[in-house]
Amino acid sequence: MRNRWNIKVEVLGVALAILWLLPFYLMFVNSFKSKKEIFLDTTSPPEAWSFDNYIVAFQELDFLRTLFNSLLITVVSVVLIVLFSAMAAYALSRAKSKISTILFFLFVSAMLIPFQSVMIPLVTVFGQFDMLNRGGLIFMYIGFGASLSIFLYHGALNNVPKSLDEAAKIDGANRWQVFWHIIFPILKPITVTVAILNIIWIWNDYLLPSLVINTTGSETIPLKMFFFFGEYTKQWHLALAGLTLAIIPVIIFYFFAQRSIIKGVSDGAVK
Amino acid sequence: MRTRDLSYWLFLAPVLLALALVVVVPMLLGLFYSFTAWNGIQTGEFVGFQNYLNLFKDERFLDSLWFTTKFSVVSVILINFIGLSLALIVTSKIKTSSLLRTTFFMPNLIGGLILGFIWQFIFLKVFASVGEAVGMESLQAWLSTTETGFWGLVILMSWQMAGYIMVIYIAYLEGLPKELIEAAEIDGASTVQRFRYIIFPLVAPAFTVSMFLTLSNTFKLYDQNLSLTAGGPYNSTEMVAMEIFKTAFVQNAFAYAQAKAIIFFLIVAIIALVQVYINKRREVEM
Repeated sequence: MRNRWNIKVEVLGVALAILWLLPFYLMFVNSFKSKKEIFLDTTSPPEAWSFDNYIVAFQELDFLRTLFNSLLITVVSVVLIVLFSAMAAYALSRAKSKISTILFFLFVSAMLIPFQSVMIPLVTVFGQFDMLNRGGLIFMYIGFGASLSIFLYHGALNNVPKSLDEAAKIDGANRWQVFWHIIFPILKPITVTVAILNIIWIWNDYLLPSLVINTTGSETIPLKMFFFFGEYTKQWHLALAGLTLAIIPVIIFYFFAQRSIIKGVSDGAVK
Repeated sequence: MRTRDLSYWLFLAPVLLALALVVVVPMLLGLFYSFTAWNGIQTGEFVGFQNYLNLFKDERFLDSLWFTTKFSVVSVILINFIGLSLALIVTSKIKTSSLLRTTFFMPNLIGGLILGFIWQFIFLKVFASVGEAVGMESLQAWLSTTETGFWGLVILMSWQMAGYIMVIYIAYLEGLPKELIEAAEIDGASTVQRFRYIIFPLVAPAFTVSMFLTLSNTFKLYDQNLSLTAGGPYNSTEMVAMEIFKTAFVQNAFAYAQAKAIIFFLIVAIIALVQVYINKRREVEM
């Protein structure tokens, strides 16, 4: 009886998984077809697996450069968010006082503010100071990413006993050394969570970079994809090859880190 | 470490600076500008509540607010229903459990912009060709009407977010005390009874978390809206985030757009505060 039930559940699960993958299947098979072939049939595999569309898409997306831009912005922003948020959360959790409580409250309330509510003044002010460039973008990511990251680090730090700090201090280490040699390494699990949440967000972000680094040569993948799609909107064979290219880096990342990714996303949401 | 130590402020300096310049200053400036005739360059004269009064007569804004609300309510229900169902499937004793989790979660890693483009292809081309093959008129011309645009967005978001919500429900389901469920099983409780009387009440906190996460994500939606329908046909599937963007950067009505942005903030903040309130109350009860 139990077994039969489980088999039914499994069949249902697998059927749903196939349904979930269907959009990716359709994108993939059609990305190899010619314009005419897509017009005739969108559901079967292509007659011939031709890479012609990919060659055009690769060049038009300036793919290697665009990929590099995305990597650069994401890696630099995430590293800085991790380091600065961990430091800030450490200070807030170790110096218990009214000021710390107020600052922590400030960071947490900033999470309530949707991007659109600050978008217009943000862009005009940074524009006046000539900061609408990659440096400015990374700085903005730190400002927007800090709140959740500090919140997560703060929670984890409350479980790290203060006696650890004090023992290291007696041994002659200063604050800076205590933090980097003792505390930060202990925080590694939460660092993975913080890094993953910020990577997913920054890698996929479209609106902020579209307002800040909208110049030829510095576009990230979502930005370039938007322009590419606009240009090839009636030419689905090229657009689909471009979309497939854009997804490949994410699939590789997911393949190697899926356990940490799912755990990170779950921890980030539940806490 | 004490708050009067220099090291305290040095540890906090980078994030405080970034938060101040990126969030706090723009928020305060924005609040100020929303009461002026600001055009992006000059502050202009002080107009009091005029911008706010105007937006209550602005049909396009009110329509987008109504569309966003409808979309959010339908999506929240569907996403949570599908998400919980998926979680129940992958937490039962099946062999493919981890493979299924990986699959259902995958769309969340890919940006909304790209997912919207993929689904645009599916709704426009695949739906049309399948519709033609099986003779279903209703599969033709998707996204060209308000209704198909609405359901297109709902389908896209349900597909994308159900896996995310599934992960949250899994975290709660796997935290359930096994002995309790086994005891109920021994006592002869059926699958439905076990779900209704044991699992459901214990997973209730997951509902609050998931409901509000989906509500705030769907209410603030922009990327998917842009790439799937771009607000069309005739701005009828335009959601609030996009409406604010267009008011600011297409019509160049900066101060007016900022007033809308403040209202948007108030709605999102109220949603979040209600969640905090519910959570606090539950903690007290427990």
